[in-house]
Amino acid sequence: MRFRLAHALLVVTLLPVTALGDSPVRQAVRPEEDILVMPGAIGQPGGRLVASLHTDPKTLNPVTVVDLPSKEVIALLSADLIHINLYTQRTEPALAKSWNVSPDGKRYTLEMRKGILFSDGHPFDADDVVFSFKVYLDDKVHSPQRDLLQVGGKPIQVRKLGPYRVVFDLPAPYAAAERLFDSVSILPRHLLEHAYEEGTISKAWGLATPPAEIAGLGPFRFKQYLPGQQIVLERNPFYWKADARKNRLPYLDEVAFLVVPTEDAEVIRFQAGDVDVIKVNPENYSALEGNQHARDYSLYDLGAGFEYDFLFFNLNDLSAKQLPEIGRKQEWFRRTEFRQAVSAAIDREAIVRLVYQGRATPLWDQVTPANKLWINPAIQQPLRSLERAAALLRTAGFSRGADGTLVDVHGSPVEFSILTNPSNTQRTKIATIIQDDLGQLGIKVHVVPLEFQAIMTRVFDSYDYEASILGLVSGDADPNPEINVWTSGGGTHLWAQTETRPLAPWQTEVDALMQRQTTVLDYRKRKQIYDRVQELVATYDPVICVVSPNILVGAKNSLAGLKPSVMRNYLLWDAEQLFWRRETVGRRQAVGPSSH
Amino acid sequence: MMRNKKIWFAAMPLALVHILVLGARFFAPYDPAQQHRDAPFAPPMRIHFLDARGKFHLRPYVCARLNQTTSTGSPRYAEDCSHVWPLRFLVSQEAGVFGAAPGTTWHFLAVDAPGQVFLLGTDDYGRDQLSRLLHGGQVSLFAGLLATGLSLGLAMVLGGAAGYFGSWLDDGIMRVAEVFMALPWIYLLFALRAFLPLNVGARQSFFLLVSVIGLAGWARPSRLVRGVVLSAKQRDFVRAARGFGASSVYILRRHVLPETYAVVLTQAALLISQCILAEVTLSFLGLGVGEPVPSWGNMLAALQKYYVLENYWWMLVSGLVLVPIFILYHLLADALQARIKPSGSPEMSSLTPQRLRVAI
Repeated sequence: MRFRLAHALLVVTLLPVTALGDSPVRQAVRPEEDILVMPGAIGQPGGRLVASLHTDPKTLNPVTVVDLPSKEVIALLSADLIHINLYTQRTEPALAKSWNVSPDGKRYTLEMRKGILFSDGHPFDADDVVFSFKVYLDDKVHSPQRDLLQVGGKPIQVRKLGPYRVVFDLPAPYAAAERLFDSVSILPRHLLEHAYEEGTISKAWGLATPPAEIAGLGPFRFKQYLPGQQIVLERNPFYWKADARKNRLPYLDEVAFLVVPTEDAEVIRFQAGDVDVIKVNPENYSALEGNQHARDYSLYDLGAGFEYDFLFFNLNDLSAKQLPEIGRKQEWFRRTEFRQAVSAAIDREAIVRLVYQGRATPLWDQVTPANKLWINPAIQQPLRSLERAAALLRTAGFSRGADGTLVDVHGSPVEFSILTNPSNTQRTKIATIIQDDLGQLGIKVHVVPLEFQAIMTRVFDSYDYEASILGLVSGDADPNPEINVWTSGGGTHLWAQTETRPLAPWQTEVDALMQRQTTVLDYRKRKQIYDRVQELVATYDPVICVVSPNILVGAKNSLAGLKPSVMRNYLLWDAEQLFWRRETVGRRQAVGPSSH
Repeated sequence: MMRNKKIWFAAMPLALVHILVLGARFFAPYDPAQQHRDAPFAPPMRIHFLDARGKFHLRPYVCARLNQTTSTGSPRYAEDCSHVWPLRFLVSQEAGVFGAAPGTTWHFLAVDAPGQVFLLGTDDYGRDQLSRLLHGGQVSLFAGLLATGLSLGLAMVLGGAAGYFGSWLDDGIMRVAEVFMALPWIYLLFALRAFLPLNVGARQSFFLLVSVIGLAGWARPSRLVRGVVLSAKQRDFVRAARGFGASSVYILRRHVLPETYAVVLTQAALLISQCILAEVTLSFLGLGVGEPVPSWGNMLAALQKYYVLENYWWMLVSGLVLVPIFILYHLLADALQARIKPSGSPEMSSLTPQRLRVAI
């Protein structure tokens, strides 16, 4: 009964959307089109898929996007030249149908697909590619992509060689250079060149822009945005991929993202059937698990993802700041033995069990088991040992006072605070467990819940914190994007943002190794180099890696073509191949806005 | 006599609750922060007097807990009555952190190691809910009592002064009281928390809570006190005292304020439950004492998560105990009011319970 009511409500609330009109007519494949034929099941066209976002997207502009909700939407609206298949983690042709590399590894010549069209029907050619890279590489535009398109501090040179051929000149040989092209969305020159010349391109394509002025090469195109409620995408009738029977993809008529502010609300809406796909945390996974059969959905535990959660201490140079109390405590934090002792005292196994219900992997360095190509299996995974921790602290000059508290060489008690954001309940729980773990060494820990933005300000600007628990997600399986984190002077060198030159010998070695691996082209040699980096991180604990949560997703059983990936967008990265099984298309259409 | 009975009926159980909470270190089986990491979300254990064969045991026992949790999935437990742990009363236990000198503590109730007794279940870290409930009461109940004391103290001074001296002082204090009632306290507290240093210890945050709740609550009772003082200062014995040349402070202290005691006492019984609720609300939102120190509010905070609310009913226990405590305090307030009415002056008797409640 409750179900009926939910559906009835949905029909009522979606009525205004229904009035917007039909979905675009699917265009037949023309012979002159260099269409990409995708392997996989042959699907059935039609229907609407509902996903959810935690906050409203901020923009539809691929040049300036930084926030995750916008990125998730833009990923469906745009396409790149060479794409990383999130299932195999290897590169595959996208808008570039082929490419070749010069023997010195510095020149890439890409051959574009001929005869394909943007989602507004305008043809695509090499000029669009050259224009796109000009925008991304322009200083004045301040695109976050710009940093990624630099090799050794110098930008890539882009040149048109023919109507469908573009040459990319790298300033230095760069390992896995074709991965650079992934997620660099190609922009329509005919729509954005005017804004670029006027210098307003970073303000273009906001959410208030009429859908007709936005076009891309992705499987879907923008249809409607209702602030605080939903953003609706419709099928791109000109999309350049087809299935094995030459049916133009995507199958779905529409994808809608509902704005659902919390994960608990998301879970309830998923159970009610309002949302078709979901990513959940382990606790909600357990809560949803029991209803799988009754509610006709399936949950998938995809194993470890690319996120690593870690505890880190403030090792910034604070001489320019008025923070004497933290400066005093840094004397402890800078001792390698102190950090090693903290690492030895953390009960990672209990964290996996209590916080993640077993759906996580304990970590001692930054590479998670998801990254099969780069993980170093030789990294030691010592069990928790309070004896070892206590011994390490003794060698560093710490001792136990009469009441059991740990005191340093000056006799002052060891006490510090850990910042966590309460919006991430897992991290707060990790902090509470670490608090208890370190309490057994006589270290007094305060857990301080603080809003995420406030933590970011303290970590990146004011350096007014003692320790914090945060997580990082590698953007790619390749180690290259990690340079920012591990080399001194990197933008995400969290624990010591002020460190412009390496201060410790191991940091000097990490810097050299990370730079060297970018220029070595042979995978096995690069692997050796990165293995050593992992070893150094695990030994010197600049950050104390704790755990990597499993990626847990759920989807309705009638949704077919799913290839869940441990990387974002977990279930929607191949949205063009998703389809509703026949018997359900009718039902969904009776509810969805594209019904006739 | 009948009325006295009513007061005792409310006051005795309340006294018992406060004694239990004050003696939490003794009555609680465990340290409230001790994590039993093999037993997260363990359900409350049954106390058995009769065994499987129907034999009665004078010394009750609990059954061992069988952990059926798989390596992944939510914790599941079953009773395993092939191993039983008799409850022991008044036992001494060795306690102490790793590597430090152990100390001895006395406990009202315990079972022999390695048995465990969780009469109200455990939370997500495997911490004993009963121990947390008792220790949490120290924060919640006494924050309520102290904040009420502060509120009423302020109310007597400010309300008394406003009522007795009148004119501009009366106007000033009453306008301030109105402003205080209009302030959005929760938002102010969020702002206040952002300005405080990060390392606020449990004791500091407790006193901060008390002062904030106390400051927030003085306005309404002070208006009531002012009303009583206004009528009392017209009474003949007050005029007589003034005629004999008594000072204002003397008259207030000796003649006027004692007239308000009955009203204030009734107010206290009502205000205490409101202050407890305020503490619980603030801690629930993460503005109270921090983990791992328990309070009834931060114990309830776990219920903000959907899966906890759905699966683990025993996490509600700190919310449930509020109900009888509030009812008892209200019964006490009613009984006190009933005592005031007949013995008080004509003016006082016009403050019927209904009117009082409107005034609150």
